[in-house]
Amino acid sequence: MPQWLVDLWNGPTSGPILVALIKVLVIFHVLLGLFSVMTYIERRVLAFMQFRLGPNRTGPFGLLQPVADGIKLFFKEEFMPEGAHRFLFIAAPAVAILTAFLSIAVVPYGSPKFQIANLDVGVLYIFAIGSLGVYGVVLAGWAANNKYSLMGGLRSSAQMFSYELSLGMSWVGVILLAESFRISDIVESQNRGFGLFGWNWLVQFPAFIVYVIAATAEVNRTPFDLPEAETELVAGFHTEYSSMKFALLQMAEYVNMITVAAIGANMFLGGWLSPLGGIAEVFAHGEGAGIVSRSLHAVLAAGPQWFFLKMAFVLFYFIWLRGTLPRFRYDQLMHFGWKVLVPLAALNALLTAGAVVLLQ
Amino acid sequence: MNLEVLNSILFYFFAALALVSALYMVSQRNPTYSAFSFIVTLVSLSVIYALLGSPFIAVLQIVVYAGAIMVLFLFVLMLLNVKAEDRVPESGRLRALVLVLALAFLAQVGTVFARARFTRPDTHFWAATREVAIVLFSEKYVYVFEATSVLILAALVGAIVLARRDDAKKDV
Amino acid sequence: MTTAALVSSSLLLSAGLFTLGVVGVLLRRNVITVFLSIELMLNAVNLAFIGLSRYWGVEDGGLDAQVLVFFVLTVAAAEAAVGLAIVIGLHRHKDTLDVDAFDLLKW
Repeated sequence: MPQWLVDLWNGPTSGPILVALIKVLVIFHVLLGLFSVMTYIERRVLAFMQFRLGPNRTGPFGLLQPVADGIKLFFKEEFMPEGAHRFLFIAAPAVAILTAFLSIAVVPYGSPKFQIANLDVGVLYIFAIGSLGVYGVVLAGWAANNKYSLMGGLRSSAQMFSYELSLGMSWVGVILLAESFRISDIVESQNRGFGLFGWNWLVQFPAFIVYVIAATAEVNRTPFDLPEAETELVAGFHTEYSSMKFALLQMAEYVNMITVAAIGANMFLGGWLSPLGGIAEVFAHGEGAGIVSRSLHAVLAAGPQWFFLKMAFVLFYFIWLRGTLPRFRYDQLMHFGWKVLVPLAALNALLTAGAVVLLQ
Repeated sequence: MNLEVLNSILFYFFAALALVSALYMVSQRNPTYSAFSFIVTLVSLSVIYALLGSPFIAVLQIVVYAGAIMVLFLFVLMLLNVKAEDRVPESGRLRALVLVLALAFLAQVGTVFARARFTRPDTHFWAATREVAIVLFSEKYVYVFEATSVLILAALVGAIVLARRDDAKKDV
Repeated sequence: MTTAALVSSSLLLSAGLFTLGVVGVLLRRNVITVFLSIELMLNAVNLAFIGLSRYWGVEDGGLDAQVLVFFVLTVAAAEAAVGLAIVIGLHRHKDTLDVDAFDLLKW
């Protein structure tokens, strides 16, 4: 066994690095799996909302549909449009997926121990990676040498960074109340003793509304999906993409959606906290407790199961919104983002700061 | 692997990336390619800031520079449809002169930096948001801070007025 | 890498990037590339400040250097906005972005 390998294994930072690597592998693959499950769930739930069945032929209840989609996309023809800038055309989906997966690193998935990096500027980091997410879209639109792609890419990126502003400002109130930029601290700060009603969705209600709307616009979901709707501008910025590059762009969009749902669940819906507050502690779970009491406590007390439930709720809300509302026109979209959401978020930040100072 | 080796690997990698992308940016003909390689420079500089104990500035650099200013540049480049012609100045003499002077400058500054002796003891330094904010909003800098916000407002109004089309001026 | 080596290397990197920026400003003919080179110079200076802030530490002005970098970032943003608005105006006037085309004030 070479000595440098032994030193590498035994060094003071190897342990944390190894743990982080394992966490990265697990979270990465779970998110990829969740992405394919989301494509299926979205089509099914949307179908039921529209009074029809979704995909139900491939496999039992259509559960193998994501596999079929993957195989189809894999075998499609990959083409490069004439006059496209080769390197950037291939790099654009890579940039999109890179920024989508970078932001999952600071989100705690159900427990303060299960996050890849407990950054003390966690929220700012997510904001930064969100700002970088604009480039995937801009690159994709520009590199294809197609007027429709360019217009779609510019519109989409303008929409993204317009709503990013109100997204960030909606977090200011939450950060003020938690006195920290760490997401695990923000989740802990929502443990105010009123259970469900002590979380930030009620305490910072305007911020929650702003966040929910801005997050929908940020990930280009209906009703803000004008830049990529099939009836507008052909298909927006991903017009010229096919096969795996298109799959990467779709993956980036869904992973963004999952990340935004996870952040919403952590910052506004209480993360891993139980809606029953401290009532679940009534069930004895110490050494001599019975099996029924212990299992009730395990389910009802704070834990990752609540986080996943909340994340699922936010994801369902995205699908619900898609099935309900028509699309915004582009100028209505920009007007709403700048003239309604930004002042509302700023007002919320101002009032929260005033309240924090007064109640000091 | 200890912290110092990790620091070295990360620093050398991102320093090389920053230099290569800056070189690419200065030498590219198409200004859009220059803009994209500058974004790579900005991101690698941000990582170096984080290595130097400034997480707040690192993240702020990405939010402000890479995430906002460069998007502005790219929008202007794409809306003005800037093509890839940019012939270097006709006289090779000017180019040679500039390169010689630049190398002389680099040699001077580089010598000063390389000869400096950094003898201070190593203290723990992690300039997170709280520490920077305490100094930023202290008496020393709070007026400058408020003046900067007025500056941004002025820049905002100025940019809108300057970029407006002529036929719209009649309404004012 | 010890802190001293890290700081020293980052200062050298800053000098290198600054030189590249100067070369870019002097040798390029597209207004936007000149502008980008100016931003590169600003970033090189930011790097120098952050490196020295790490070296000086909290008691000796390190945090003041961080605040300075913060202001440089902000002013660079404002300057980029106004500068690009001017570039748009220039382009509208002459339909070119060649630096040598704007020579009305030349003797």
